Amino acid sequence: MDLRDGPEEAAFRATLRTWLEANVPSGLRGFRGWTGPALALGREWSKRLAQAGYAGLTWPKEYGGAGRPWRYQAVYLEELARAEAPQHLGVIGLGMAGPTIIAHGRPDQKTRYLAKILSAEDIWCQGFSEPGSGSDLASVRTRVELVGDRFVVNGQKVWSSYAHVADRCILLGRSTTASEKHEGLTYLIVDMKSPGVEVRPLRQITGEAEFNEIFFTDVAVPKENLLGEVGGGWRVAMTTLSHERGTFGFALAGALDVAVRRLVALARERAGTDALVRDRVAREWIDLQALRYTNYRALARLEHTGVPGPEGSVAKLRWSEANQRLTKLAIEIIGQEAQVADGDGAPAYWRYQQLRSRGNTIEAGTSEILRNIIAERVLGLPRSR
Amino acid sequence: MDFSFSPEQDQLRAQARSFLEKRYPVARLAEIATSEDGWDRASWPELARLGWTGASIPEAQGGAGLSFVEEAIVFEELGRALYSGPYFSTVALALPALACAPDLLARVASGALTATLASAAANGSVAAVAARRAGDRWLLRGETDLVPDAGWVDAFVVQARGSDGIGLYLAERHDARPQVNVLDTVDATRRLGRVTFADDDARLLAAPPAAAKIIAATRRRALAALALEAVGIASQALALGVEHAKSREQFGRPIGAYQAVSHKLADTYVETELGRSLAYWAAWCIAEDDGQAELAASAAKTYAAEAAVAACERAIQVHGGMGFTWDHPLHRYYKRALWIESFDRSGAAHRAEIAHVLLDG
Repeated sequence: MDLRDGPEEAAFRATLRTWLEANVPSGLRGFRGWTGPALALGREWSKRLAQAGYAGLTWPKEYGGAGRPWRYQAVYLEELARAEAPQHLGVIGLGMAGPTIIAHGRPDQKTRYLAKILSAEDIWCQGFSEPGSGSDLASVRTRVELVGDRFVVNGQKVWSSYAHVADRCILLGRSTTASEKHEGLTYLIVDMKSPGVEVRPLRQITGEAEFNEIFFTDVAVPKENLLGEVGGGWRVAMTTLSHERGTFGFALAGALDVAVRRLVALARERAGTDALVRDRVAREWIDLQALRYTNYRALARLEHTGVPGPEGSVAKLRWSEANQRLTKLAIEIIGQEAQVADGDGAPAYWRYQQLRSRGNTIEAGTSEILRNIIAERVLGLPRSR
Repeated sequence: MDFSFSPEQDQLRAQARSFLEKRYPVARLAEIATSEDGWDRASWPELARLGWTGASIPEAQGGAGLSFVEEAIVFEELGRALYSGPYFSTVALALPALACAPDLLARVASGALTATLASAAANGSVAAVAARRAGDRWLLRGETDLVPDAGWVDAFVVQARGSDGIGLYLAERHDARPQVNVLDTVDATRRLGRVTFADDDARLLAAPPAAAKIIAATRRRALAALALEAVGIASQALALGVEHAKSREQFGRPIGAYQAVSHKLADTYVETELGRSLAYWAAWCIAEDDGQAELAASAAKTYAAEAAVAACERAIQVHGGMGFTWDHPLHRYYKRALWIESFDRSGAAHRAEIAHVLLDG
């Protein structure tokens, strides 16, 4: 047990910290989400990260990655949070599509897609959720039919981040109407520039649009874009979702770290002597430490066994609830001023964060589903329906 | 960066768990708790033989020369088993002061000496025992209340006020002196006592300036040790709750299939794991004398104690009427969790200390 950086990690951290000081564009400092003017800077920033060798830190070297152990990705996420800088715009490609292609793709698919994910030439989005399939992913109804030498896709996807800027999409659809729902699923790579693909931004509770609906109308997808087998899409999709959990907790703890730091600054400025506020700030700080050290335990397990443990579900569940409490506390401290949407100071920042946080317990696994996962897979309780 | 235990440490945990499960199964809890002393005296030489009493004591004094991380493992496992001997008192509360004298360390390592901390200050008040020099001896006079395991330890580390401030003294128990009254304690497995000194003989362990540092270090160790015990208790309460939810059937299904039940248990799991992470962090900070040790111990104790109390409360609820009975073992874990929560200061007071560091610096 050693909670300090080893010499190589310390050197990596120091170099990255200096690099971030010099390279984060002013328009992305104090980053709060890929909306508005920040979005236009996203691709350029991501290319810069890739050129400096910070894209695909844990990808195998043979696919253009740095082949580093997981802890470097953890350091990377911690330092981005410290600098309040955004991640690479292509997180879906780097964290989900890429690892899935590495696991299930043919050699020609690896050659065609992986390098461009790293370089940010191709930004990816995820076409999994549908209006009728949220938590119950295996019930997707988007049709994927093999007609001659190509697939024809018809259906609707929803809650797709980055779809409005994406070049490609990993799509889970249904290729048979057989009653066995998992066996009928097929996993495709879809070019977002194909005729028949229409992206409509979904305006969310904050007024901004980070998510999209994607409509597919007779979209032709070449047969070679199949990942895995026809009818074998569920297994491929599980690979994608398992990668969502790898070092995800560090990204969440990083975001929470930024939020707690800002909360502390806000409380110092506006409510430094209020005993109730002080108690709640201390609670949030303790929760952040609990999450941080749970991540370190998860990281050690991942490095020792190669398999992510159940801590990923724990981190997501608690982060989302902590972020909701914390942002609510911030707007309480600010008072009625937080009800005014103008400006770019603290009130506007917290107003946005508080409303945005309501999505945290829904996106990437609702809290109810995460509790089911813990109850069934970790505690071994009987399945609930 | 590697937040995991070594194979040797994992082995220590496995050894501790299997020993405690055999010697102190859940089925024996009631018998031990209602016995006259509230603990099994025969266990102490065994704990010493297993190397637990001397885990962090240097090899020169017969210890294993390991660190607080190893002791942390033992604390967690003792909590899980609701062990009722004076391990917490001796190893967490007394050991930092006993370390001033190598002969005392050797006696702790060999199992010949158990001790506790008699300190009015443990619960926030000032030292109510006075120390007076009489030739080459020290005499203690006064009373300390709420002393853990007071009834059956061989010696007291006493926080007492002398002419130049608060020092640490050792009063060994001979011929029923100092006088001890064991209090009827809610947690019968860790009884509190009142210790009355009437010019009782004592040995100076640490004079005022040095004593303050030892007192601060003792507090950190005690808080971290209790956080670890709390994690063990929460794990056990969770295990009992899960076992019941799997086997108890109502409306034709195990009650664990109902989300109103299973989600409560999932929350217990989450809080137990978060508390565990904080407790291990605190343990590492103490072992390494890290600058964050005080904050970490404080955060870990308040969080883990709350988690353990909540874990027991949810387990009682999941057990239904049975969980509310005296015969079911759950109340014993619950009472220890409440004991832990009450120790030192309230959660709110700990958070006030943390807020002071965050907001007033």
